[in-house]
Amino acid sequence: MSRGTLDAIASLPEPVRGRFGEFGGQYVAETLMPAIAELELAWRAARGDAAFWAEVDALLADYVGRPSRLYRARRLSASVGADVWLKREDLNHTGAHKINNCIGQAVLARRMGKRRLIAETGAGQHGVATATVAALFGLPCEIYMGAEDVVRQALNVERMRLLGATVHAVESGTRTLKDAMNEALRDWVTNVGDTFYLIGSVAGPHPYPWMVRDLQSVIGREARAQILEGAGRLPDACVACVGGGSNAGGLFAPFIADAGVQLVGVEAAGEGVATGRHAATLGAGRVGVLHGSKSYVLTRPDGQIAHAHSISAGLDYPGVGPEHAAWKEQGRVRYVARTDDEALAALERLARTEGILCALETAHAIAALDEVAAAVGPTGIIIVGLSGRGDKDMVTVAQRRQT
Amino acid sequence: MSAVREAFARAAGERRAALVAYLTFGDPDPATSIEVVHAAVLAGADVVELGVPFSDPSADGPSIQRAMERALEAGATLAGALDAVAELRRRGVGVPIVLFGYYNPIFVMGAEAFAARARAAGVDAVLTVDLPIDELGELAAPLAAASIGVIPLVAPTSTPERIARVGAFAPPFVYYISLTGVTGARAGAPVDPARVDAIRAASGAPVAVGFGIRTPADAARVAAVADGVVVGSALVERVAAGAPADAPDRVAALVRDLAGALARPA
Repeated sequence: MSRGTLDAIASLPEPVRGRFGEFGGQYVAETLMPAIAELELAWRAARGDAAFWAEVDALLADYVGRPSRLYRARRLSASVGADVWLKREDLNHTGAHKINNCIGQAVLARRMGKRRLIAETGAGQHGVATATVAALFGLPCEIYMGAEDVVRQALNVERMRLLGATVHAVESGTRTLKDAMNEALRDWVTNVGDTFYLIGSVAGPHPYPWMVRDLQSVIGREARAQILEGAGRLPDACVACVGGGSNAGGLFAPFIADAGVQLVGVEAAGEGVATGRHAATLGAGRVGVLHGSKSYVLTRPDGQIAHAHSISAGLDYPGVGPEHAAWKEQGRVRYVARTDDEALAALERLARTEGILCALETAHAIAALDEVAAAVGPTGIIIVGLSGRGDKDMVTVAQRRQT
Repeated sequence: MSAVREAFARAAGERRAALVAYLTFGDPDPATSIEVVHAAVLAGADVVELGVPFSDPSADGPSIQRAMERALEAGATLAGALDAVAELRRRGVGVPIVLFGYYNPIFVMGAEAFAARARAAGVDAVLTVDLPIDELGELAAPLAAASIGVIPLVAPTSTPERIARVGAFAPPFVYYISLTGVTGARAGAPVDPARVDAIRAASGAPVAVGFGIRTPADAARVAAVADGVVVGSALVERVAAGAPADAPDRVAALVRDLAGALARPA
């Protein structure tokens, strides 16, 4: 199994000199450069080491509960007019895909002898997953979370605290995910000797976008094998939501070489891209530099980072992983956007047709299904990345339904 | 010799370290910040680092974060900072001015366009905290074509191999961050003279030391081993410590005290 993982990982595309095309790089303070170089060396060694993957795979199986199911959603299929299969990352321990990455980075941190974990979080799912692996590995853990997100994701804050993590509410800037990441970077630059920064998405300086995508590629590797087993052929399309882009990157990467598989990333259009209150970084942003990498960024004409907006805290981020920027430029992945209202309607639709309450992030992918179904036709097979469960969003959803 | 090198050489000739004063453009508003910088120069700053506000200053501590938020609230931009440099030059301010900030505003303006505007405004050098030497080339080349230098950063964590690469940029000076942390941090261990000498030898440039230098006593300790002393957060805190109209006086008073503490032991 781990030999198989090693070979599967080795077949995924690699960045060249830290970049995917022109995107990526290491745009960080000099103080962090030696730490990033150390991380890159450690990651290269681990990536090529069957013993590393054996440890990761064992934890993913026994602790996370993998492989996650690929479930054929018959009533949703009938509703959208295509053959829709859901990759059930919501059934993982901690309720989202985030744990896949955290297990891998925690194993790496232990190999590197790091004794303290820090992380940023938006919706709180990555914070919960990080706090979980910190408890599992017996490491102290500090989580940075925008003060606005602390309020709208109070349940996840309580989960992190119960797991033993210290949660810092970040009051600077827009008080959301990007500011949490700034604060985590400040912690790392101050405590760089003993601290491992466990970035939650395919963002940040090289090697993070590459490492996180490889660790999340378990989603796509499993889904590819499962659809070949269950349907006898490759899908016509894969669909996933994109904030920073780790769930989409993990689902898409193993399908990149399958030219016949359409890949569709769904960003948050917030109140509508035309209103300016959105998080459609690839759709409406431009190339810029944020949080260590060159990629698409929501930026104002004067170069200040623009405020992102989404009902979903996990998509409320003005940057996106550099590999997505490269996939967009290559035309390999098509990126679309769905509004808050469309996501809410999709969340209800999935709940009523399949009895599954998904996260608001995930609901953006569901909201793009009609369009993708029209493209692939009634016998077309679509795999949807069901990235997380919706319990954390019930207060937000309930408030919106009352207004 | 570049104006920056001349400033360091002049200070060395006077048996003292050069005082590099960091102030955030636009704090508390663009017009006042120009007055503050002018006052700092009249009070004895040898080199000005003019901070360009950025919405996501991930290498800065609370004092400069707040200054940048105030500046952005008051409408400060990179273009405004360039205009401010031109205004200071019109007023006869001759000391070297280093623009200090983050890369995205420059990248969005376009490195070539920025270089041309910076030259026209009278900028001597540029320091971008999120362009380590590995990425610095994409900005250094267009700046060099406009006869503007880049200031590389060296950190306590920098390896000898990395320090050896700094000289390739022929920097006007090298900024040595004396502790691991963000701006405005508490003073750490004393600065190691051997480390400063090694950076100077490897880069062929004067070495200014910053981070954690808040008082004249701090400055005196660093002046004994470095070619320049950078003070930022302590000055920025003076800007915010009272009525905006009196900010130039408050900053000038601290600059005078700092400038008086930089003599080298004979």
